[in-house]
Amino acid sequence: MTRLWLGMSERQRALVGIVFVLLVFAPLVADRYLISVLTLILYFAYVGQAWNLMMGYAGQLSLGHALYVGLGAYVAALLWVDFGVGPWLGVFVAVLVAASFGAFIGWLGFRFGVEGVYFALLTIAFAEFTRIAFDHLGFAGGSGGLFIPYQEQRLGEWWNLRGGQILFYYVALLLAVSAVLLVARLTRSRLGYYWVAVREDEAAARALGINAFRAKMTAVIISSGMTAVGGVFYAFYYNNLFPAQIFDISRSIEIILAPIVGGLGTVFGPVVGAFILTPLGESLITLTEKLGINVPGVKAVFYGAILMLIIFLRPSGVWPWLARILGVWERRP
Amino acid sequence: MTALLSVETVSKRFRGLLAVDRVSFDVAAGEIFAVIGPNGAGKTTLFNMIAGVLAPDDGAITFCGERIEGLPPDAVCRRGIGRTFQIVRPFPGLSVEDNVLIGALLHRTDVNAARRHAHDVMHRLDLFDKRGQVASALTLPDRKRLEVARALATEPKLLLLDEVMAGLRPTETDRMVAILADINRESGLTILLIEHVMRAVMALARRVLVLHHGAAIAQGSPEAIVRDPAVVHSYLGAEALS
Amino acid sequence: MMWSIYLNVVVQGVLTGLVYGLMALGLSVIFGVVRVVNFAHGEFAVVAMYAAFVLFKTAGLDPLLSLLPIAAIFFIGGFLLQTVLINAFIGRPEHDQFILLVGVAIIIVNVLLMTFGPDAQPTNLSYAFDSYSIGPLFVDKVRIYSAVAALAIASGLFAFFRYTRVGIAIRACADNLVGAAVVGLNVKRLYAVTFGLGLACVGAAGALMVTIADATPSLGPAYTLLAFVIVIVGGLGSMTGALVGGVLIGVSEALAGFLIEPSMKSMFSFALLIAVLVLRPQGLMGRRA
Repeated sequence: MTRLWLGMSERQRALVGIVFVLLVFAPLVADRYLISVLTLILYFAYVGQAWNLMMGYAGQLSLGHALYVGLGAYVAALLWVDFGVGPWLGVFVAVLVAASFGAFIGWLGFRFGVEGVYFALLTIAFAEFTRIAFDHLGFAGGSGGLFIPYQEQRLGEWWNLRGGQILFYYVALLLAVSAVLLVARLTRSRLGYYWVAVREDEAAARALGINAFRAKMTAVIISSGMTAVGGVFYAFYYNNLFPAQIFDISRSIEIILAPIVGGLGTVFGPVVGAFILTPLGESLITLTEKLGINVPGVKAVFYGAILMLIIFLRPSGVWPWLARILGVWERRP
Repeated sequence: MTALLSVETVSKRFRGLLAVDRVSFDVAAGEIFAVIGPNGAGKTTLFNMIAGVLAPDDGAITFCGERIEGLPPDAVCRRGIGRTFQIVRPFPGLSVEDNVLIGALLHRTDVNAARRHAHDVMHRLDLFDKRGQVASALTLPDRKRLEVARALATEPKLLLLDEVMAGLRPTETDRMVAILADINRESGLTILLIEHVMRAVMALARRVLVLHHGAAIAQGSPEAIVRDPAVVHSYLGAEALS
Repeated sequence: MMWSIYLNVVVQGVLTGLVYGLMALGLSVIFGVVRVVNFAHGEFAVVAMYAAFVLFKTAGLDPLLSLLPIAAIFFIGGFLLQTVLINAFIGRPEHDQFILLVGVAIIIVNVLLMTFGPDAQPTNLSYAFDSYSIGPLFVDKVRIYSAVAALAIASGLFAFFRYTRVGIAIRACADNLVGAAVVGLNVKRLYAVTFGLGLACVGAAGALMVTIADATPSLGPAYTLLAFVIVIVGGLGSMTGALVGGVLIGVSEALAGFLIEPSMKSMFSFALLIAVLVLRPQGLMGRRA
């Protein structure tokens, strides 16, 4: 941790410091609506970072990440609703389950040479398969959904994620900060360099003694496990889970928007992306409502257009460009 | 004295084409050994079998007393064999330093220690001044040296060089020859090179193996094989002998 | 008696599958030649569905007829799309293209959602409930007509690629790009023609689909995935494979829906996709990439 801080320039430290302080003290000055938007931003920054690890660093395109959100959510929710096991414990089981799925998908892909777009299709197939499966799992509520009941007497049990908006805001902040620290740490490690080598040229990497299979598997396992934690958060924040929603491919696409817009393969890309997209999306909704246009789908069209714009004009994302302007860009693999 | 690398009657077929035909040779520790032959002679196939990219259909490859044929490329590298690619493959988006660093990380798990080792290697290969440059922006001779530096950073006992002189002008060739000769002399690194550029072969190799249509047709000192009629025939045809 | 029910289910699956196959054929052609992964494929099909629906509602035009102008428009659209947008992405990494088309797909689905609303819009043909009875078989007239139309269009495409100069030139591009450029073929224009043809197939297939399903925006992603399953199972780059795959998927979904439960029929297709990706990625009839 200290090494990371020491390795940063004055400007970088200033920027990080200011943003961090602002986020920590935001609930004191902002209204409830703003805090809920910030919570959403931090959630997307977190899951986006998890996906960034796998795609931006290890170079494996997953378009089925909603699978891990869903698995994490359902496992933790079921443990709570059926067995009274709180999320502080349930999260470990959730991570285990999701990481196992991730490991299986990774093994299938890497062992059998399923790469690139085919690998992406593989991940989609698994997510869709699971979505339909959960529609028919009676014990999980089926297509009718799984609900976490509101229990007034439990409010205040923060370890069970029973609380108000403020609690969830700080949990989301904690998750996002941890994700950034984890990625920053990993990318400067041997594993991080190995990921980049495998991504840039797998054959050359292997000729340097790198076990590409193991490197890729590690990326998938960490990424899927991390995403599951996001799922646990999701379950206890929204308190209702529907397979058609949580496993849906549009959710998987939602997850990848922030890292792509912000900057794949950078430490702050997903965070910046989330800070750009979510507020814009929310204000678009508010704007259209004020104008009396109440049409579902406007936000999504907007996101689609942004996605196309970014991939066309600035494929490496907004953050590298912005950071250069601010003078805080440091060349990293 | 047992050889560092021992290749025994190794063969490889590609659907009816016999690319390598029962080739045998030994490479002693500290030696510089060259494999030459006309295009299509099977040199790269042989090379790839030693490096673990292909598995031989027959025969054995022994390195430091251990059988390595059929092992995957990363396992072969971990056992001490480094290799370069004929068409260089630097990690294009990374700096020269990061390229070499990744090689150094094989035996030095601490990133800072690996970086220091990478600096040493870059000095040896005359790349230290260019360490910040992006690999894709380098000239060909620099990229070739980067390729060698990166493989060298894995601290191999045997370095396989695949036509590392190809595309270099004579002065650049001499520079590369000097670097390789120095490394071999100072650290005793064993080098096995596939080469077309005879200038480099004559200057570096102590022993040479000549392949033709997948089979070994001559083996010996550079001076001897250059005069060998079978070798001349294979390169220049029957008329050259008369 | 049971076997006649099975026979009906299978036949229905075949007929539906042929229409799916036509849609997948478009994808196969695009991917086989231009090597672009058209992740918006199903969404384009749904646009065609809505086009046919609107033409039927306003002008009473039978989809079997409107498929012609729709296919023509889609051809032009595909040609333009390739020239203006996709062309810039040819050399770029696969996932860049993929993501671009994901963006296109999102926009299409949601514009349709905004225009038509989320509810299914049926196309009520006058003869929708007529059927032929051939022995134990009861086959809907619409399904027969659609299947025949699909086959006709597919055959036309086969003939085009086999016998016309442009078709052969396109196949040359698919086979050996550098060689094609070297002999002077205008690769960019041929790509545009190919993309146009691919989308024309989609347009025709979409128009035919309204006879099978109601136009709904959410069908877009579902059809995209379906097209990919068919193309991968049948074999990437193989036109026959796309049709065969379509029939296979049509039949298996029909049987799965009948034997297990209708809502689970897609599960089988996804499981099949996973199996094919892992075990035999070249599909049933494709060549190894």
